[in-house]
Amino acid sequence: MRSAALAGPRVASADGPAVWRRIPSRASTFCIVELQKLSHDRTELFTRAVQPILWLLIFGETFNRLHAIPTGDVPYLDFLAPGIIAQSGLFVAIFYGIQIIWERDAGVLTKLLVTPTPRSALILGKSFAAGIRALAQVVVVFVLALILGVGLTSNPLDMLGTLAVVMLGSAFFSCLSMTIAGIVLKRDRLMGIGQMITMPLFFASNALYPVAIMPSWLRVLARVNPLSYEVDALRGMLIGSPANLGLDFGVLVAAVALGITAASSLVDRLAR
Amino acid sequence: MSALPAVAARGLRHRFGDFSAVDGVDLTVSQSEVFGLLGPNGAGKTTLIRVLNTLLPLQEGSVHVLGHDVQREKMAVRRALGYVPQQLSVEAALTGRENVAWFARLFDVPRAERKRRVADALDSMGLADAADRLAATYSGGMIRRLELAQALINRPALLVLDEPTIGLDPVARDGVWQRVEEMRKTTGMTVLLTTHYMEEAEALCDRVALMHLGTIRATGAPDELCRELGPGATLEDVFRRHTGNTLDGAELGKGGLREVRRTRRTAGRVG
Repeated sequence: MRSAALAGPRVASADGPAVWRRIPSRASTFCIVELQKLSHDRTELFTRAVQPILWLLIFGETFNRLHAIPTGDVPYLDFLAPGIIAQSGLFVAIFYGIQIIWERDAGVLTKLLVTPTPRSALILGKSFAAGIRALAQVVVVFVLALILGVGLTSNPLDMLGTLAVVMLGSAFFSCLSMTIAGIVLKRDRLMGIGQMITMPLFFASNALYPVAIMPSWLRVLARVNPLSYEVDALRGMLIGSPANLGLDFGVLVAAVALGITAASSLVDRLAR
Repeated sequence: MSALPAVAARGLRHRFGDFSAVDGVDLTVSQSEVFGLLGPNGAGKTTLIRVLNTLLPLQEGSVHVLGHDVQREKMAVRRALGYVPQQLSVEAALTGRENVAWFARLFDVPRAERKRRVADALDSMGLADAADRLAATYSGGMIRRLELAQALINRPALLVLDEPTIGLDPVARDGVWQRVEEMRKTTGMTVLLTTHYMEEAEALCDRVALMHLGTIRATGAPDELCRELGPGATLEDVFRRHTGNTLDGAELGKGGLREVRRTRRTAGRVG
């Protein structure tokens, strides 16, 4: 027994590190925990990879032959691959709120909320953890796209940018999910709402087809949908399509900031 | 014993809609004592604990933890606390070591010390050999001890335990209390616990408060309270005298559905 070893000076500082140091520290902590969980159980990586693989292999290959969707000089499969990367991140993140409800039911969230972690840092950390899970999917889709002959970039800067965009997109959608969790408080309700909004978010974006061919009412939805900006940035960096990267990153960062504010203001409701 | 109380609550009230969960509680817990909050489900114990550990907002009255106002100095209060909730609250998909290291990071344990402190915490709870196994493989008693290791990683001045032995078999329960007693003797920390088990409170607590329907009906050392009632009286008799009810009988009628469900879920998971 080494209980004496724990008997050092207690509560050395009532304040702890400054907030600007605490927030990145918490974000990295939650990312490490997510990686540790993934390292112990990799089945989710494979099961979650099935859906994007089907989209690329069946939908992508078929529409590539049909030439039904006008994508200019870009082969449809190349056009689709960044959209499916964004979609796989969306599908991971949009149900992330279920995990926070599970943590509430298991008492883990209660304990986390009693640590010296600002609510915003807790949500930021959780949203980045969702991003880590999404990145693991991205690697699978990326490799498959290469196998299918999609002309993806090999520029390291573009690849880093791709990771950043997927992290931001997934962080936003996980914040949206945690915000809904903080409102509905129950797993079943969140499942229903998640299923209700996932496909509309996907279809009302430029993931499957260009915005230019959408009816005008759908274009409005696509313009306010952060997924469109994520896909636009991914296309710009992965296949060299024209993209407004400044606007894309700006919208995603603003969406994440808004999502963190909303989710952190509601997280205490889960613990009551 | 330091003059500054570990917990000082004055005129504390907390309502959920029309229901008064805590109704005018005055409570002082001195440093280094083991203080037990006794009462059935629905007595207000968990609500009281959730206000003092900053999970619930302070609605009326004042609460100070080691001199820190729970409303205005939340981060300082959280740094001073170690907390084990009623539910079994470890991350089953992580190893014991990873679970404790997680909380070491959240409490800003310096990187240079972290590895040793995590190992010490696990060792002190008798979990050194199981440290690299997934928590999903632990028994109920081991999970409780792992939670204690997490709660002690920041060397708290006040350890708050909400029904720490609920659902544990007698051997596991003794194991948990043995570790808590060792830690308290070594570190001098204050322990505030809630429990249904009167015999446990009599054996372990320096002082207890009997709580019923949101109010504290009696406070004192268990043997003093028993002596005041008469020769041969037990804490169960004292509780009946002050509340007109037994713990078991009150438990059936007064616990809210959510609390009863939580209790049963915890008991089920450890059982």
